[in-house]
Amino acid sequence: MTFCRSAQAIAGLAVAATLLTAGVQAQPKPAVGHFTLANGLEVVVVPDRRAPVVTHMVWYKVGAADEPPGTSGIAHFLEHLMFKGTANNPAGRFSQAVAAVGGQENAFTSQDYTGYFQRVSRDNLKTLMEFEADRMTGLVLANEQVVPELKVVLEEQNQRVANNPRARLSEQIDAALYLNHPYGKPVIGWRHEIEKLNREDALAFYKRFYTPNNAVLVVAGDVTTDEIKTLAEATYGKVGKVAEIGPRRRPQEPAQVAPRRVTLADAQVQQPSLHRAYLVPSSATAKPGESEALEVLSFILGHGTTSRLYRNLVVERELAVSAGGWYNGTALDASQFGVYGSPKPGVTLEQLEGAIDAVIDDVVAKGITPDEVERAKNRLIADAIYAQDSQATMARWYGAALTTGSTVQKVQSWPDRIRAVTADSANAAAKAWLDKRRSVTGYLIKDSSPREEKRS
Amino acid sequence: MIRSLRCLIAPAVALIAVLAAVQPAAAANIQRVVSPGGIEAWLVQEPSLPLVALNFAFVGGSSEDPADKPGVAYMVSSLLDDGAGELDAKAFQQRVEENAVELRFSATQDYFYGSIRLLRDRREQSFDLLRLALNQPRFDADAVGRVRDQILAGLRRETTDPGSIANRAWWRTAFPDHPYGRPTGGTLTSIPTIAADDLRTYAGRVLTRDTLKIAAVGDIDPATLGQILDRVFGSLPATGKRVGMPDAAVRDSGRRIVTQLNVPQAVVRLGGAGIMRKDPDFIPAFVVNHILGGGSFSSRLYDEVREKRGLAYGVYSYLLTLRHAAMFMAGTQTQADSTREALELIESQIRRMGDEGPTEAELAKAKAYLKGSYALNFDTSTKIASILLQNQLDDLGIDYIDKRNGLIDAVTIEDARRAAKRLAEGGMLVTVVGQPKGLASKEPGG
Repeated sequence: MTFCRSAQAIAGLAVAATLLTAGVQAQPKPAVGHFTLANGLEVVVVPDRRAPVVTHMVWYKVGAADEPPGTSGIAHFLEHLMFKGTANNPAGRFSQAVAAVGGQENAFTSQDYTGYFQRVSRDNLKTLMEFEADRMTGLVLANEQVVPELKVVLEEQNQRVANNPRARLSEQIDAALYLNHPYGKPVIGWRHEIEKLNREDALAFYKRFYTPNNAVLVVAGDVTTDEIKTLAEATYGKVGKVAEIGPRRRPQEPAQVAPRRVTLADAQVQQPSLHRAYLVPSSATAKPGESEALEVLSFILGHGTTSRLYRNLVVERELAVSAGGWYNGTALDASQFGVYGSPKPGVTLEQLEGAIDAVIDDVVAKGITPDEVERAKNRLIADAIYAQDSQATMARWYGAALTTGSTVQKVQSWPDRIRAVTADSANAAAKAWLDKRRSVTGYLIKDSSPREEKRS
Repeated sequence: MIRSLRCLIAPAVALIAVLAAVQPAAAANIQRVVSPGGIEAWLVQEPSLPLVALNFAFVGGSSEDPADKPGVAYMVSSLLDDGAGELDAKAFQQRVEENAVELRFSATQDYFYGSIRLLRDRREQSFDLLRLALNQPRFDADAVGRVRDQILAGLRRETTDPGSIANRAWWRTAFPDHPYGRPTGGTLTSIPTIAADDLRTYAGRVLTRDTLKIAAVGDIDPATLGQILDRVFGSLPATGKRVGMPDAAVRDSGRRIVTQLNVPQAVVRLGGAGIMRKDPDFIPAFVVNHILGGGSFSSRLYDEVREKRGLAYGVYSYLLTLRHAAMFMAGTQTQADSTREALELIESQIRRMGDEGPTEAELAKAKAYLKGSYALNFDTSTKIASILLQNQLDDLGIDYIDKRNGLIDAVTIEDARRAAKRLAEGGMLVTVVGQPKGLASKEPGG
């Protein structure tokens, strides 16, 4: 396992964006800017001058996987509480300032990062930067704000998870897949622990992790690197470090030696399904070329209607109404490769699982073809061109990469790295990683046992 | 092929996006292109990226489904790229992948939509796939069967999904004798009866040039676009055979329908009479709705239901304008213990807005937000294309983008009060799904 701090700070270096395929003529594009302030804040600037608007994001290198034991959900709860005001700007003032200029704002939390963003017209950028810099270390919390917000988070848990059997199965699969790593806990937290979160937990977490030297500022849109350098120094540059941040060392997975199975039965389930996750390397933990090979492999095995799983299970054998697969390489530690399917009426999950296994076994034994690899690569590389159409997408790519152990250079070399994948390297990845002993297979089934009626 | 089995019943999000945007730079550059064959499109030429996005729509949508076969339009939208011309489903989809082109079709109540996003260097091959899909869809028996099974699987899922149940109950009750009351996604009994001939008949009646609107954005010049328009759309029938429908109003306002479902969180949907897009009070109503429940972190509903009391993660209201009906909708999701309180809060906030209207300060803030945020809707090719398309469908004129912020600015406090009164006075039809405590069904006036 590597424990790279993501930021290779390259002060003042501007690197040209090269997210274009060989088949497509590169237009001259403004360079992506990348520098680090004296207080350790890393800054990425992605110019896109087509519309006079900007996307402004601050990403903290902290997520649910960094939570102290027993306080699952605190990273996400703190994300909510970050809207409750500072000594300089009491509750509501920041949001009102964003709304007053027609800006949009929100925030998000994952296992590895927590992000805050606004989208505004370019003229209003400086004001936002002042507010966001202020709440980087200036948060003030009162219990009368914390208590109702905890209820909001519990309702969010109801909405996303408790009401949704598929989401509940997904939590169980994650918990079973990670024997030791905190990725096994849900980002939103376990409900019994969320219920006990409080102001002190939130502030302790904030003071430990929210500091400029643990953050990445990404500005995409109608700006230049020089402008942002001046603005960032005048705003974020004034924020002092409040904590030293060590390497992000989470408990790692032991050798996994036994396939696991979980079954979630719920009266709400009308259409059964099967979901399997394999523990595989992420972009940050993989050997060179391996994560890219998994990317191509997952595309061939499971992306869309031309994929092996869809063709075999849905079209040819007519066992399933849906089937596919995916790979998530954007993670600081070991990640997941998934396959799934939902059977036609009359087909059992066991039959479906046998058919999925047969497709995977065939890939592992006989390999995929160079033709398939070329098509997949072509499509994946095109994503890098389409992404340039959206400043918000570009900002998210850089922010997620730099908070999960990647670098600006790696983002920009992504098309080249995908292009370098061969049928041999994809086949080697299949052989190495599609090993059931490193997997959890989850069944979602209808619970038809009689149920006690709750009286209201 | 099935892109998404999510319920297509309430296309509110798209509408909201359309209504919240203006960017003079893009506006100044809209060109009206008319092909040699007479097909019109609006174009924003943008050469800085090697892409083209093109969106189009036909009037029809699920409203043109046969009355006993809801789901036909939805099935057509799922099958157009599942084989066309000489290419069966597999060959067609491989061609799509090889060219890295994105083809999408969808049906709402009023429209059959399509869009394509392509790489400039694959322009000819990509548009050719769109031409095939629109003009020579195969509707092969195996593909139809596959999509039918997929839609049925989605419908089975919906039978225990609280949000889907609440939506379906609302539309069925609000428009009992009107095409709008029929589910766009079809039903468990209708989908098995839909055959390839139904799909061909629908395509022949609705995918026709007489109601076609087109918007394009990207690295393409007007002359080239003109040739492509003729090639892709020129062979479609000149006129359609639409049944059409009368204007309709929401029925049963004041009624509440509670459906029991064993889930921890109840889903609440409210809807009453709205204001039509061409009504002079539409823009004032749009501003009033923003103040009540439209602005994400600043609305009255957000403040009362979420911020002060923590009763819900999401609470919202929006205006939904269809071609033949206008709605004012609201909703939230909250646990059984607080469902009644949350619903009463929403209803009382709507009444209060109707009685008093917004304050001068709220009106000023809402105008500032709505004017300032308009530009945010013009930062990607696909967003610009979808706005240019919707402005054509809504018959707003090619200069609307330049005029829109002036319309917002012109709203007076009297306009806002009048519009607020109109939105609130009819009452709301409410559907609730879950196990809400102390909340039962009731008849209008009950």
